[in-house]
Parts: sequence; C-alpha cells; structure tokens
Amino acid sequence: MDWKRKHLLGLEELEVEEIEHILDTTDSFREISTRAIKKVPTLRGKTIVNLFFEPSTRTRTSFELAAKRLSADTVSISAQTSSVVKGETLKDTARNIEAMQIDAIIMRHSMSGAPHFLSRCVKASVINAGDGCHEHPTQGLLDIFTMREKKGSIKGLKVAIVGDIAHSRVARSNIWGLKKLGAEVIVVAPPTLIPMGIEEMGVKVCFSLDEVIGKVDVLNILRIQLERQKCGLFPSIREYSRLYGVTVDRLKKAKKDILVMHPGPVNLGVEMAAEVANDPRTVILEQVTNGVAIRMAVLYLLLQ
Amino acid sequence: MEKIQIMNEAALERTMTRLAHEILDRNKGTQDLVLVGIKRRGDILARRLACKIREITKKSLKVGTLDITLYRDDFTTIAAQPVVHKTEINFNLNGKKVILVDDVLFTGRTIRAAIDELIDFGRPALIQLVVLIDRGHRELPIRADYVGKNLPTSLKEIVAVRLKELDKADEVVITREEKA
Repeated sequence: MDWKRKHLLGLEELEVEEIEHILDTTDSFREISTRAIKKVPTLRGKTIVNLFFEPSTRTRTSFELAAKRLSADTVSISAQTSSVVKGETLKDTARNIEAMQIDAIIMRHSMSGAPHFLSRCVKASVINAGDGCHEHPTQGLLDIFTMREKKGSIKGLKVAIVGDIAHSRVARSNIWGLKKLGAEVIVVAPPTLIPMGIEEMGVKVCFSLDEVIGKVDVLNILRIQLERQKCGLFPSIREYSRLYGVTVDRLKKAKKDILVMHPGPVNLGVEMAAEVANDPRTVILEQVTNGVAIRMAVLYLLLQ
Repeated sequence: MEKIQIMNEAALERTMTRLAHEILDRNKGTQDLVLVGIKRRGDILARRLACKIREITKKSLKVGTLDITLYRDDFTTIAAQPVVHKTEINFNLNGKKVILVDDVLFTGRTIRAAIDELIDFGRPALIQLVVLIDRGHRELPIRADYVGKNLPTSLKEIVAVRLKELDKADEVVITREEKA
C-alpha cells in the first residue's frame, strides 16, 4: 500500500489497510533491536523532538530509542524545564522549535486534541504520544500488534478492557483499532468509570469482571489512577481491587490460553496481583519490546 | 513491448551448477563459507546454490537473507515507499566467508547497501559477490566475483529474472520499451 499520511494523531481516522500496513511493517523492524549493532541508517539527518507535557518513562524512552535506532537525532523537552513555565503558549513553543529545522514532533499533552491543534500550526510531522483522555495511538497499535502475534488474527477475537475506561486514552485507541480489525470488545468497570455513550463506539459494557473473565481471549487491564479515588469515583482501592482486580483465583476461571496485558505502570495488588503479573500468559514486557518496533515503523512511515 | 528470453529453465539450472562449482573452487571447499541472499530473488538463488553445494560436497551451508530497504539511498527519488521485509541472519558473521547473492547486477547501489548492512552484523573474513546476470551500467566501483551471464544492455531495456517460487516459471527475459 502507498502511505500518504504525515501525522499520526489517533487510530480513529486510520483506515483498516493503514493499521495493517503499520503492523506488517513493525514485524520487519523488530529484528533490528535484536542485532549486536542496533542501528540502521534509514532516518539519518532527520531531527525528532520529544515534547512531553506529562510525565512518562515507557513512551518517551521507547520513542527516543526507536528514533535513535533509525539514526535520527533526538531532543527531549519536558514541560517542567522549558519556557512553558514562563508562560509560553503551546503554539509558540512548537513554532520556535520548528524554526530550528526539525522534522517531527512527538507530543504528550494533558489536553485532548492538543496534537491535532499542533499539526495545524507546524509543517513538521506530529505524532500523538497521548492526549488527555482521548487517544494514545502507538500504545493502541502495540497492544493490537501483541494480540495479533499471540493469537494469529484480530478478527473474531474477544477482548475485555478492564479499568478506568472514562479517563483512559489507551482504552479509546484500543477500541478504535480493535473494532476496525473485527474484534469484539467488552469494557468492564464500575459504572462511575464507564463514560456515557461508550456503546456508540461499538463495545459492550459489563459491570462485573467475574461475568466476562471466562468468555474472553484477551484481558487488557488498565492502570487505576490512584488520584481518581480521591474524587470519589469508587469507594476504596480495596473494594476496587476485590471486585475488579485480576487475582490468581479469578484467573483460574479464564480460558487456559488467555492473554493478559497491561500498558503499565502496574499497581501491583490493585488491578493485578503480583503472581498474575509473573504468569507466563501475561505479556507486559513483550508489549514494551514491541512498542519500540511499532514506533520505529511509525517514524519510518511518516518521515521517509 | 518486445520480449526476448535470455535463459530458459535448463540454462538457468546449468548456470547455477557452474556457479556452485566456481564458488567451491575459488574458496577451496566449504570451510567458513556462508550464503546471504538479497531479497526478493537473491535469497531464493542463495538457497538454490546451497542445494547445489550440498549435492556436490554433502555439506550444508548456512543461508541468510538480507532486506536492504532501510539502507537504500534513493528514498527521496522513488515514488512509492518500498515495503520493508525482514532481514534474517541467524548466525555470527565474524570471520566467515560471506557469499552475497543477487539476481541482477546493475548500478551497484543495491550491493553497496547490502555490504553496509552486512558489516553492521559483524566482521566477515571476506565478502564475495555472485550474480545471475550482470547487465552493466555501474554507478559505483563494484564488480561481481562470479557471474552467471554477462548481458550488455541499453538503459531502456528491463532485465527480469523469474523464479518458480515467486513467478510462474524459471527464466530470464529482457524487454524493451517501445518508442512512443
């Protein structure tokens, strides 16, 4: 297929063929990270800026390594140490960075739609590394890539996404991508963490993990943002853990070949027991490995 | 479009046998020898050479495949973005005699990219190049160590190596674009 897109803002606007093309390209990029010399010259001379307005370990490191393994030059800017604290606007920050002749901006921002706004202000490629509660396309892609690798195909796969659906950009990117590729998606959470109208995205809603755990092929478990508990969306961490935490006992009710995923960072003992995190069916670290390959594929497709 | 067959199945088979013998002769056997084919037809030819060498010497050589897409120098000049395939070299190249295999040697730019990629995998003792067809028009100082057939061509002509694994038949054809 012929890749036309300049930005990666979300999975909502991608065609099925485009998602599949990214996944197929990723497959070829994974091998590079296993070489003794983990570098190819493909993006030599390109400059990529990581612009992170929210904290991140995995995503930022993953993007940076992906860029470096393709021989691009990278610069990381975190909001706390930039002129943003002096009151510079997002648009001004981006245009000033762009004036230094850069080719792509990878941005994480707490406001939904911030990368979309940015893509209209600058000539460089914009990659969304998470915007508010909206989308986190590369996380969605790496989750789908891992599912496809382990299960063979996404079509007909039953996937449960468990946790704070309302505030999760990972959930939304997963839902858009999985639905496009023909999976069945069930979101599982207490009613206060399920957003109004989520059914319109084509998913089923269930308030009980015990009801669905025996029926699904994949459990994608989201991090409970502990700060949410203070807003009174659920009575206590302990109660959440008792009803929605994936424990050893609960996992016994699941299919033998269930795939357990988590985008990290994990609150062990809250949404997932430590024993479950170490279960051979849990692929959290493989997701992280695949994340670098996904981001290499995305950078290659957008910048080449 | 005018189309001429340069090699049929039998001729291709004979040429591969001769190339296998030449490789063994020049290297005095199979010691430290490995084959690496360039996708997407060089890797098939590399596997066929490995079969020939096994028939002759009863020794199995390791075969790797190289996808040079990420090492190309013409990204900006070609219209469509090329599809990236997998490079698979599951053995150590240090100290090995690497026989690099491709179907057609033309400008030499593919070979330049392939050598760059090979060297990222280790330090081979030597690299030798075997091609089925050498059609001339080099743009870099590169030559093949073993040539199936030298085929002087004009730039308007297209040389196509067709192999059963990917195409319908085993043959080499040359086509010339008609003048408009």
